[in-house]
Amino acid sequence: MKENLYNYILGIADNSLILGQRLGELCGHGPSLETDIALTNMSLDLLGQTRSYFQYAASLVGDNKTEDDVAFLRIEREYKNVLLVEQPNTHFGYVIARQFLFDAYHLLFMKKLQESKDDTLVALANKGIKEVSYHERFSRDWLKRLGDGTNESKIKVQEAVDDLWRYTDELFHLTEVDEAMVKEGIGVDVSSLKADYYKRVSEVLNEATLTIPESKYFQKGGKEGIHSEHMGYILADLQYMQRSYPNMKW
Amino acid sequence: MTINKTNIAAHLIPVLETVSDPEIPVLTVLDLGVIREAIEENGIIYIKITPTYSGCPAMDVIGDDLKSAFAKVGKEAKVQLVLAPAWTTDWISEGGKRKMVVYGIAAPLEETADKDALLGKVKVVKCTNCGGANTSLVSQFGSTACKALFKCDDCLEPFDYFKCLK
Repeated sequence: MKENLYNYILGIADNSLILGQRLGELCGHGPSLETDIALTNMSLDLLGQTRSYFQYAASLVGDNKTEDDVAFLRIEREYKNVLLVEQPNTHFGYVIARQFLFDAYHLLFMKKLQESKDDTLVALANKGIKEVSYHERFSRDWLKRLGDGTNESKIKVQEAVDDLWRYTDELFHLTEVDEAMVKEGIGVDVSSLKADYYKRVSEVLNEATLTIPESKYFQKGGKEGIHSEHMGYILADLQYMQRSYPNMKW
Repeated sequence: MTINKTNIAAHLIPVLETVSDPEIPVLTVLDLGVIREAIEENGIIYIKITPTYSGCPAMDVIGDDLKSAFAKVGKEAKVQLVLAPAWTTDWISEGGKRKMVVYGIAAPLEETADKDALLGKVKVVKCTNCGGANTSLVSQFGSTACKALFKCDDCLEPFDYFKCLK
């Protein structure tokens, strides 16, 4: 089995899975009908992308492994998503800040993934980038609206950006698997996206009349499977059905 | 990326035309452009479909509907999901776009007009009720992933707009 490729796919897929799960939690709980529908639509896109990645990953393992095994039957340390996407839905401003900080990265990442030597990943990137650019438009728009909105919305979204900033640096950290895949021309060298990312994010924060955080304290670990305390709760929700009723299907 | 090349055997079209999109029942799968290939080999029908959006739940239903449509005429159909090339709204047929409007969904505009409309810059999306263009965006996301929600500022009718996807 192509172990590096398998783990590399999981690294991409888990970001979409966990963020999709987080957004899915908001179904029926959004601050307004329109935002509720928007957030769950984005969740659906992300879970759809995840499904394609997992089907591809499962096909590499063979052995009758399915997308469900990959999605539901791993332990916490085996999930490779970044810490940013697992942060809780503290409030709407927080959800939007988390979304924008991820979307801005996701868009840059997908653009590069389109140049991969792996045809399936290219197909997934070509498909996914259309959805991701729409997400980015939504979260960017709302970030500006909240930042340049009322005093209350400005304070809340600024706090969210300040709080989530510490998780942004991890996006550009290369794991061993990443490095191996970059060498083969399959993976994206995420470290090369860093300058563009902070430039773009700073532009939008400026437009939103928000302050760009200066903190140099960054946290990482998710990509290596070392997660924040929130991850266990997410997995408890996510895995409940498969763990309680093994092999259940819709 | 927008290669519109399909390989659909002419004798299969009558059956394919009986299968419609579960979310927009006036559109057949052919109108929608999701059938990329349909051929018959040794009595078995092989069909390739492509999703509109990655997470579109209609795809599973369409796959099952295709199988049962061919089962009705005594044929076994095998359906495969393909991702490349990625679906675009350009693949919706002209007839499909007209049917969509009659059904109450504004058809996708071309890319630039679409972007401006979704950013609320220009009023170009026509109301499906009165036909006027004095409409405004209510939500970038509508009842399904492929639609946005608009309302008419003249007749006050809310309606869906099928977003341009390239």
